[in-house]
Amino acid sequence: MTEPVVIRITVNGVEYEKSVEPRLLLSDFLRNDLGLTGTHVGCEHGVCGACTVLVNGESARSCLFLAVQLDGAQVETVEGLGTAHAMHPIQQAFHECHALQCGFCTPGMLITTVDLLKKFPEADDEQIREGLSGNLCRCTGYQNIVRAVRMAADELKAREVKEAAS
Amino acid sequence: MGVEGIGASVVRKEDKRFITGKGRYVDDIKLQGMTHAHFIRSPHAHAKVKGIDSSAALKMPGVVAVLTGQQIVDDKVGNLICGWAIHSKDGTPMKMGAWPAMAPETVRFVGQAVAVVIAETKNQAKDAAEAVVVDYEELPAVGNIRAAIAPGAPQLHPEAPGNIVYDWEIGDKGAVNDAFGKAANVVKLELTNNRLVPNAMEPRAAIAEYNEAEEHFTLYTTSQNPHVARLVLSAFYNIAPEHKLRVIAPDVGGGFGSKIFIYPEEMVALWASKKVNRPVKWTGERTEAFLTDAHGRDHVTTAEMAFDKDNKILGLRVSTHANFGAYMSLFSSSVPTYLYATLLSGQYNIPAIYAEVMGVYTNTTPVDAYRGAGRPEASYVIERLMETSARQLKVDPAELRRKNFVTQFPHQTPVIMAYDIGDFNASLDAALKSIDYAGFPARQAKAKSEGKLRGIGFSCYIEACGIAPSKAVGSLGAGVGLWESAEVRVNPVGTIEILTGSHSHGQGHETTFAQLISERLGVPISQVQIVHGDTDKVQFGMGTYGSRSLAVGGSAIIKAMEKVEAKAKKIAAHALEASENDIVIENGEFKVTGTDKSIALPMVALAAYTAHNLPDGMEPGLKESAFYDPSNFTFPAGTYICEIEVDPGTGKTSFVNFVAADDFGRLINPMIVEGQVHGGLTQGIGQALLEGAVYDQSGQLVTASFMDYAMPRADDVPSYKLQHTTTLCPGNPLGVKGCGEAGAIGASAAVINAITNAIGHNKLEMPATPDRVWHAIHGQA
Repeated sequence: MTEPVVIRITVNGVEYEKSVEPRLLLSDFLRNDLGLTGTHVGCEHGVCGACTVLVNGESARSCLFLAVQLDGAQVETVEGLGTAHAMHPIQQAFHECHALQCGFCTPGMLITTVDLLKKFPEADDEQIREGLSGNLCRCTGYQNIVRAVRMAADELKAREVKEAAS
Repeated sequence: MGVEGIGASVVRKEDKRFITGKGRYVDDIKLQGMTHAHFIRSPHAHAKVKGIDSSAALKMPGVVAVLTGQQIVDDKVGNLICGWAIHSKDGTPMKMGAWPAMAPETVRFVGQAVAVVIAETKNQAKDAAEAVVVDYEELPAVGNIRAAIAPGAPQLHPEAPGNIVYDWEIGDKGAVNDAFGKAANVVKLELTNNRLVPNAMEPRAAIAEYNEAEEHFTLYTTSQNPHVARLVLSAFYNIAPEHKLRVIAPDVGGGFGSKIFIYPEEMVALWASKKVNRPVKWTGERTEAFLTDAHGRDHVTTAEMAFDKDNKILGLRVSTHANFGAYMSLFSSSVPTYLYATLLSGQYNIPAIYAEVMGVYTNTTPVDAYRGAGRPEASYVIERLMETSARQLKVDPAELRRKNFVTQFPHQTPVIMAYDIGDFNASLDAALKSIDYAGFPARQAKAKSEGKLRGIGFSCYIEACGIAPSKAVGSLGAGVGLWESAEVRVNPVGTIEILTGSHSHGQGHETTFAQLISERLGVPISQVQIVHGDTDKVQFGMGTYGSRSLAVGGSAIIKAMEKVEAKAKKIAAHALEASENDIVIENGEFKVTGTDKSIALPMVALAAYTAHNLPDGMEPGLKESAFYDPSNFTFPAGTYICEIEVDPGTGKTSFVNFVAADDFGRLINPMIVEGQVHGGLTQGIGQALLEGAVYDQSGQLVTASFMDYAMPRADDVPSYKLQHTTTLCPGNPLGVKGCGEAGAIGASAAVINAITNAIGHNKLEMPATPDRVWHAIHGQA
């Protein structure tokens, strides 16, 4: 049970083959084994949402997954979202709306927003608040995060319309 | 000047690293050969440590060492200190028991460390910790203030008989007695200010590295004030002299006061790194944060206000018990005294005030400054009293406040503070208009017809920020001066680095401080780099807390800039063959006024560093520093009005509207200021509706995880309507007052005033959970 297990996992489009302890959390695997420290651990009991990543396209708490459960899975983290020079529309909206202060909860908020807007592209403010309610932020009071999600939703819709037209 | 100067809501320079996952927090750092620490913590609130058997643990895989409290005492690492001396009424100094970094003999709260395991990996350290056997002899414990001061209560420290740290007073007792003697009306309230856990989203962490050959330590830590950490670790804890200790606070994920203090874990990591001669890393888990981060608030207060027949306030009498937990944390003693009772005059003319505060030990986590620190407690007392008084005197709560507002400045209160400037009517008027106060009765009646209880509540807060004039705080017992320092370096190519002793952990200093430079020189903020958080880079600093960074740290930057500009003008005048008095700075150029002659900043900087052609006698270089010590506190103030609706069927409170009208003086970046207010209001609402640390009678923290301690989530709070009114602070060159704590100081009274207005009586304590509100409505305790 405690012997290392070899897993194959794709993170941000890169395939890895790694030997991991069965008890290793996905959050620790991402941070320590792959050096992807953008995923933060705020509570290690699945309540704060700071460690949220996409597992096979669905948002998930990386502190509640074991790495061995994800053999063959696709994982996306904040590092896969966009870069400083080519930000994802959600990142751009967070920047423009001042939707972050200390930045610790931000990666989880961004990833949650990806999932939220994929499933509910027409979400109104109340639905956005509900959709974000699994992620704790102690700095912003959420108001600017809601504004950013709204702005990102509008931008993503506009892009879709533009793509459909071309 | 320019689009990125003072008053511009420019987006933050620091954002990009955080939104792309490239921030660098302590736990993100790995050092070569790094070991991992896991603490063994007491499961008991009060117990004797009879023995520690680590023999089995030492044989486990990856274990490097198991170190105990006795060893840290034997190695003469100093006990933790409290840096603000308070004297009791009888003149005796406060009575404190010793607080070793790990307990050698007695544990006094659940979570206090008794030993630490150092191992190759975090999980190996945790495994081995399970195998360490600690033999405890349980002792009776006290879990709250009432139990601690009861006759025959178990005693925590022999130095503090009756568990009393101090019995302090302020104000004129005789004058207050006289005021109450001639009062037409007296209003009395008993209040509990609930204990809070700060819960910055980033748990505390530390990495200590020891270089044996250099006898030098480096500490990476989650600190709001790395220089203060170095000073305390050197001067009091005997870790290393200051020049042999570098403290780095890199990106820090929120603090709210809880990361001001130097905690046992940093001390142990440093000490252990020398013992095992390898880097030692510790990252707290959330439950460790609940058990060991300094908590906030926890007061029990009786307050009375005396009014004359015209409803003018005659006097205020306040008696408070403050819970300090099991040990006196770094600034804990000042919080319920000089940061609390000195603000009890609120926004009002109160001729006589008397307050007494008893500080009490309990078998709970130490309590210290948390966002607002004393001022939220004061604001809650005075604003709950004003609202209750208005109801009892049957007058409008806004008008009762207005009648008693201070309108002439400067205003000396009876409790030390001298308010420099303000316009309390302006913020009240702005808030009343924004919430449509005149329309409230109609809205309330409509809600009633729909079976809902609607209420409106006010809070006219004031706070003392810009902490603080060194001489003033020194005279009140502070062990440190509270100035700030800055260095401005203009590089040879004309880019600028600002080194500040403030520390940004969410406040946006890297943007706001750059805007100060943009304003003066007309250069874009991208040419300005703010350097902070490293004792090897920054000359010195007192750090960030008490809404002081801009008022004190920003002013230090201005002082240093003035020196840089004076020298640069001399160089420019020399190069342009003009008088320095004719030189003006515009859009990054030094111009001779009234001519088309100019020289760009990079050329001036280059001239300063090449030194080929400087005025006679001038030193090369373009770099200046300044220390700024404020002449007074600053006094941000404002009015918050909250309109809520309670569902009598469920007891749930919903926000209809929340208006905040603040006077912070001049705003440098209004977008950042509003973000600070949003966050502060949300923490204040958290205190009012959701948050509360609960201890059982035996001293167990019942709320030690996010499953048990409710913090505001996105669907718990409203979108706030913010207003700004402005009186410029006369005490600093920027005219700023500070904005970081206001929301947390003012919000909770507004919320509770609104709910008690809705339910029609005052028997409601924070947090006003649906359960409590339902019982308050339906009369079952």
